[in-house]
Amino acid sequence: MLRTRGWIEAWLLLVPGFVFLIAFTHVPALVTIWNSFFTTPRGRRPARWAGLENYETLLSDPTFWKVLKNNALYAAGTIPLSIGIALVMALWVNRQLAGRGLVRMAYFTPTVLPMIAVANIWMFFYTPGFGLIDQIGAALGLGQTNILGSADTALWGVMVVTIWKEAGFFMIFYLAALQTIPPSLVEAARIEGAGGWTIFRRITLPLLMPTTLFVSINAVVNSFRMVDHIFILTGGGPDNASSLLLFYIYEVAFRFWDTAYGATLTVVLLAFLMILAIGQFVLFDRRVHYR
Amino acid sequence: MLMTNLKAATAALAFAAAPAAADVDLQFYFPVAVGGAAAETIQSLTDQYVAEHEGVAIEAVYTGSYQDTVAKALTAARGGNAPQLSVILSTDLFTLLDEDLIQPFDTFATSAEDKDWLASFYPAFMENSQTGGKTYGIPFQRSTPVLYWNKEAFKAAGLDPETPPATWDEMVEMGKKLTVRDASGNVTQWGVRIPSSGFPYWLFQGLTTQNDVILANAEGNEVHFDDPKVVEALDYLVDLSKSHEVMAPGIIEWGATPKAFFEGQAAMMWTTTGNLTNVRDNAPFDFGVGMLPAHLRRGAPTGGGNFYLFKDASEEQARAAFDFVKWISEPEQSAKWTMATGYVAPRPETWETETMKAYAAEFPAVLVARDQLEHAVAELSTYENQRVTSIFNDALAAAITGQKSSQEALKDAQAQADAILKPYR
Amino acid sequence: MTWDRVLNTLGAWALALLWVLPLAYAVWTAVHPAAFEARFDLLAPLTLENFAKAWSAAPFGRYFLNTFLLVTVILAGQFLLCTLAAYAFARYRFPGRGILFGLVLLQLLIMPDILIVENYKAIHLLDLVDTIPAMALPYIASGFGIFLLRQTFLSVPKELEEAAQIEGLSSLGILLRVYVPPAIPTYLAYGLVSVSHHWNNFLWPLIVTNSVETRPVTVGLSVFSAIDSGVEWSVINAATLMTSGPLLLAFLLFQRQFVQSFMRAGIK
Repeated sequence: MLRTRGWIEAWLLLVPGFVFLIAFTHVPALVTIWNSFFTTPRGRRPARWAGLENYETLLSDPTFWKVLKNNALYAAGTIPLSIGIALVMALWVNRQLAGRGLVRMAYFTPTVLPMIAVANIWMFFYTPGFGLIDQIGAALGLGQTNILGSADTALWGVMVVTIWKEAGFFMIFYLAALQTIPPSLVEAARIEGAGGWTIFRRITLPLLMPTTLFVSINAVVNSFRMVDHIFILTGGGPDNASSLLLFYIYEVAFRFWDTAYGATLTVVLLAFLMILAIGQFVLFDRRVHYR
Repeated sequence: MLMTNLKAATAALAFAAAPAAADVDLQFYFPVAVGGAAAETIQSLTDQYVAEHEGVAIEAVYTGSYQDTVAKALTAARGGNAPQLSVILSTDLFTLLDEDLIQPFDTFATSAEDKDWLASFYPAFMENSQTGGKTYGIPFQRSTPVLYWNKEAFKAAGLDPETPPATWDEMVEMGKKLTVRDASGNVTQWGVRIPSSGFPYWLFQGLTTQNDVILANAEGNEVHFDDPKVVEALDYLVDLSKSHEVMAPGIIEWGATPKAFFEGQAAMMWTTTGNLTNVRDNAPFDFGVGMLPAHLRRGAPTGGGNFYLFKDASEEQARAAFDFVKWISEPEQSAKWTMATGYVAPRPETWETETMKAYAAEFPAVLVARDQLEHAVAELSTYENQRVTSIFNDALAAAITGQKSSQEALKDAQAQADAILKPYR
Repeated sequence: MTWDRVLNTLGAWALALLWVLPLAYAVWTAVHPAAFEARFDLLAPLTLENFAKAWSAAPFGRYFLNTFLLVTVILAGQFLLCTLAAYAFARYRFPGRGILFGLVLLQLLIMPDILIVENYKAIHLLDLVDTIPAMALPYIASGFGIFLLRQTFLSVPKELEEAAQIEGLSSLGILLRVYVPPAIPTYLAYGLVSVSHHWNNFLWPLIVTNSVETRPVTVGLSVFSAIDSGVEWSVINAATLMTSGPLLLAFLLFQRQFVQSFMRAGIK
């Protein structure tokens, strides 16, 4: 009796949260899949069952493949680099350092600034001719660059901004974790004659594993989610060279008003996230000691 | 003192209550795409109209960018509360028709006077406003690209500072003289800058028109992207960077273009007449404004927004909206609008007014855009406009960045566009 | 040993300079006339005109208010709903617990940001397009928040709860008196992450708003900077500083507490 009362209480506590979770995450995710089998309704033409038509379009859509490739490269480039830099930052800021507060503040500023605004600033840095990079380049006797305006480099230009934006945020998590490592542990190792590198590899890094898992899940999600700066920097161009999956979904659904195809693209995005998440848990599972 | 205050208050109250007593209520969406006093000018013109016309109340809603405005109009219409009137890109004509949202102005232009009014706009602006023999759009915030040149740079290069290039070949020749390199061979000033980010098709349409080819038919269901003349125009654009080396390689940012011009990074630039005020205020040197150079003919696209009349409006609302559009396009109002924003006044009559004459005398550059209209054509517009133009944009970008040859890029774009437009034929 | 130290300090500072460069540039352009956007002349005249220009060119006051309302609504909703749900997961054993918690964790991956197409339809169906609730609703229940608070609640000693039960506190009383107080650092850390995230969120608000009355600063900034006549860095940067100033200042002042609350929250 008491037990059922407990159950009911628990469920009641969960109701408000779950209403919103289900309404804006689980249901739309399922409806997205369902809608990918219909055509887009327009004006006087209602939606009709399309079977796999949208998926056929998808497979033969060169832009989709390009965007997919871009997103893979974007993830492969930004995730390890932003995590690596975050770790280095945290290690630096965690030790005795002249002007530590200022340095920490500097690392952290990108987190507070809106991407949409800093993208404008980065655009100035990248601007050919009189932008910051080219001004520095000219002083060194180098010629003009056009990073955002060339198909080979546009995506890299976008990736740099992402890494800059993310690293400081991830640093906070590492920093919090570093400060909970007992100094006695490091002392003990030192007494046993371990060098700095050994301590880092044998003690610090393993103890940071749960943080790395948390941060890397975040980074993976962000690599599919962070597209704000693309609106300003390149608009996905040139010829979709810097377009990512979510940006393409936005274009298809809200510029071309083809919501059915937008849903189809979203299904692919969902599938990717699921695969990556499972992969990550498997990869880290053996090394993470989680409660 | 107290009494006058009281009187003023009552008057204000009466005025505020007036819309409720109006026989006709109108809602009108407008976007703003240029800086400056555009939004305030529309508001004050609307207020003036309401003050002069009893029985009509107009709510003018500033709806952000063009993109926001069309999105808002579409969603409002789906929700059953569309505005009666809206300013939307002239190129969205087919999208609005496809969504079955707008009605032609002809229905209400029954008198001879009204019919004359419909015929009184520059034909170049009407091309984007009419289809199937009906007029769906009335030109309002319209622009066209022009050539700006740096007179000091021309002087320094030994060119006549008062004469811009008149032809494609001249632009290349002058561009070569205007391209300056430092001791180590790095370019410090480019001859010309034709921005190609975001919506490269617009300026490129200048080149295609000059090469005497039209990109889309008037029905909006057929495009001619792989026409040999379009390929030739694209080759010319690509060669400006590739073989003539008078323009920076790669995609050139639209937004940074005026700044690059001010900084002396480029001696000539192509951009909209909407930049006239900006350039006049910020260029630290003497500059000129001219028509785009000619090739087989002169030519330029038009751009910007039209008034559209929505279908959901009642008979009275539609009539009132029609009357308002007619009023705002009258020379006096139109002159105010043009002077406040830099948009091209869409009717020849406006240019005959004393105010406009005085304005043009003081700042003759504004006449260039008007004179170019004679050679201008409709901005590229089709069914599924956003999608078709973005295919075209991608093709241009691919050729500019050297990913594909012009021929190849345009052939691919044609195939993709055909697939999309087939159901509309 | 000292060499090592010098190198590390130099490295840390070099990276810090690189990282603060965009902000430094924003400040530079915002306080100098537009002609100095690309000229770094130490003697350039100072001006506040860019701020005045930005302020009068777009209704930033309104945008600012919208953003403030937005983050407040979201934060309040998140605190309430996540607390209740986390409490249920941490304290109760009930059928379906595993599956339901799985559904919560799923949202760590499949965030509403990605489901823009269907969420837009849902908001449209609710007739909420172009309202502040429309921007907030998808984020009100946060999987991250529930997960985080559950972790914190789990570390509350059982004895405390038993003592409270003996005192005759109700379930909600126990939540408020026993569970919430030790979790305050977690609330702080989570609150800061949430505020900075939603203050800077762009894509979803861009989609669901289309008027001045609802548009948050991020969308306002993008509308403002995307005009036909080209980028004016000096004015945009002045606007950026104005709109992110309060957040920036708050973080600078509280950064130490911020890191500590993360530490105590056990986010690691």
